[in-house]
Amino acid sequence: MAFVFILEQVLNGLLVGAYYLLIALGLSLIFSLGGIVNLAHGAFYAVGAYLAVTLAPRIGFAGAFVASPILVALLGVTVERLFFRRFYRSDPILSLLLTFGLAMIIEQSLRMIFGAAPLPFSIPPALRGQVFVGDFIYPRYRLIIFGVALAAVTATWFLVYRTAFGRVVRAGVQNPDMVGALGISLQPYMTAIAAIGIGLAGLAGVLLAPISGVHPAMGAEILTAAFVVVVIGGLGSFWGVIAAAALVGVVRGLTIYFFPPAGEASMYLLMALVLLLRPRGLLGERIQKFE
Amino acid sequence: MAHSDDLTRRTLLKGAAGATALAGLGMPAIVKAQSDVIRIGHLTPITGFLGPLGEFAQMGVQLAAEEINAAGGVLGRKVELVMEDSVNPQTASAKAERLIERDKVAMIIGEISSASALAIGQVANRTKTVFINTGANSDALRGESCNPFMFHIEAANSMMVRSVGTYLKDENMIQGKKWYSLTADYAFGHDLFKVAKKFVSDNGGEFIGEELVPTDATDFSPYLLKIRQAQPDVVASNLAGNQITNFIKQYAEYGLQFPITGFGFDTAVAWGAGQGNFSGIWPLIWHHMVDTPSSRKYVEAFTKKYGKPPENQSWGDYNSLKIVAQSFDELKSPDPQKLAEHLRKGAKFDILKNREGYFRPYDNQMVQEMYAVRAKEPEKMANQWDIYEPLGAVPGANDDLEVLAPPKDGTCKIQA
Repeated sequence: MAFVFILEQVLNGLLVGAYYLLIALGLSLIFSLGGIVNLAHGAFYAVGAYLAVTLAPRIGFAGAFVASPILVALLGVTVERLFFRRFYRSDPILSLLLTFGLAMIIEQSLRMIFGAAPLPFSIPPALRGQVFVGDFIYPRYRLIIFGVALAAVTATWFLVYRTAFGRVVRAGVQNPDMVGALGISLQPYMTAIAAIGIGLAGLAGVLLAPISGVHPAMGAEILTAAFVVVVIGGLGSFWGVIAAAALVGVVRGLTIYFFPPAGEASMYLLMALVLLLRPRGLLGERIQKFE
Repeated sequence: MAHSDDLTRRTLLKGAAGATALAGLGMPAIVKAQSDVIRIGHLTPITGFLGPLGEFAQMGVQLAAEEINAAGGVLGRKVELVMEDSVNPQTASAKAERLIERDKVAMIIGEISSASALAIGQVANRTKTVFINTGANSDALRGESCNPFMFHIEAANSMMVRSVGTYLKDENMIQGKKWYSLTADYAFGHDLFKVAKKFVSDNGGEFIGEELVPTDATDFSPYLLKIRQAQPDVVASNLAGNQITNFIKQYAEYGLQFPITGFGFDTAVAWGAGQGNFSGIWPLIWHHMVDTPSSRKYVEAFTKKYGKPPENQSWGDYNSLKIVAQSFDELKSPDPQKLAEHLRKGAKFDILKNREGYFRPYDNQMVQEMYAVRAKEPEKMANQWDIYEPLGAVPGANDDLEVLAPPKDGTCKIQA
């Protein structure tokens, strides 16, 4: 019987992996392609959630699901043009300080506009309910999150690895000067990458708002976990983030099964272990400017 | 060269003029403040996972100050609040000292975290300044950590447990039942679980699962699967702050049907859960449906000012300031020593409940009525604030108020 329960935790862990993947994917994208350590990623996630709460009563959950990631992406464009742009080539510590400040400004703005108390928000009635596979239970909404995460990953992969756009971006990561010498301006590409990365944070915010508390500090709550996933996966590695998210989900689930107080600590231990064995992360690539 | 020289001189002149203007404005304000206002320090977490409650605390204390000043102030002087974010125990301690030494506050109100309340309590004791704790529940603050200058209008954990416990017994949810609990993994949770476990065991219930949940956990699904496997009769939450919001949202998501209860609770976290997510029976020190004349008046004034009803945290800070104002008036002096003596002598106060409350001299705990509420069916909720129905007040009208208070086990040595 214990084996069945453990198996159930493993499968659920994969589902939870989608949750971690959603919050880490955009972060990884901006990190590996722009070299920006975006500490404001959690804040953009929170903005996505607050937009969902504000928009859903007017245009429905489906409308908010489409509109808020786009609005957050537009916010991303603004932030890139005003701030990120100046820091691609400077010491990462500068962009770190910049985004840390941004995170505090956004969190405090949310607090001033919406108040500190969590805002009520639920799963839309049509998406409620559970699916039973044998005796295993899967909330329908988590399966939807899983599906959306898969779609987001596939679309991002296609864009970065199978289009002309992606080729320029990847070349820019390795050698921006050479890309410039070939007569290609990297700036619009980087704006697009920031928009996609930050838009993905907004998407995570909309999707997770129905199952977690919507309050100003919700971004800070998930930020560390998102970083852990990116670091375990390895810089610049697309598949690494996916593997890391699944791994964190499963390891955390099993830890909670056997020794719950270490539930959250398990991902940090995992990170320490991975970094000891593979300092660049599970599937990390060698990127000149980060060495 | 001359040009730039000129600019510098002009800038300098402007600066000097500005400084003079500021000084002119600032100086008299401070002199005035010292002579005819009474300053009260308010120190509570505004950021972090207790921030949502801290915001209600500030709203409550500000409303009280407004009402007091509108009615002519205290001893003919206006009340002026000095409000700060307590952040964590170290900051709380430093800010408490600053409020007392620099801002010369007459006393301090606030706090929600038990660890920070302990730190402020120590400063209060050392400086002989009254501190009224409005939100920290740990029994230890009323036990080995008690001191003559720290007062508690907030209920102790054991009071919360006994109030909801009374109703759980009525509903036949304890005797012979299997319990599964989730507990916030820090001082408050451990303290609460200890008291809750004793109560449940003493009344014939049994814990088949006791999980500690780190305060940074946002996904509860692995815990929910374990609960489902264990098939308990009752699921009990000893969680705190935003944890409760996340937990009840995901409990509803997984569609688990075991009845929920909890021993620590704040209305704000349930308001924040959303339609169809909140369920169970929960304890409260006060709620906006308590039906007494003073309570109705308070709810009306609060709703008018802030556009939403007050919750239990704003109750504590509102009443604390009212108690202090009333005491200073009765004493005809804002002297902290006299205030402490007055409160410890058993002065009674209208705290928006049926029966008046008083601080008992054993541990400075306010002895008072407590409440429990039951979540409403989603279809019966009139609006987003209407999420539960009151189950009544404990102790019963003819019982001694002190039956709920923590046992006088001799760990608090104020009187010795």
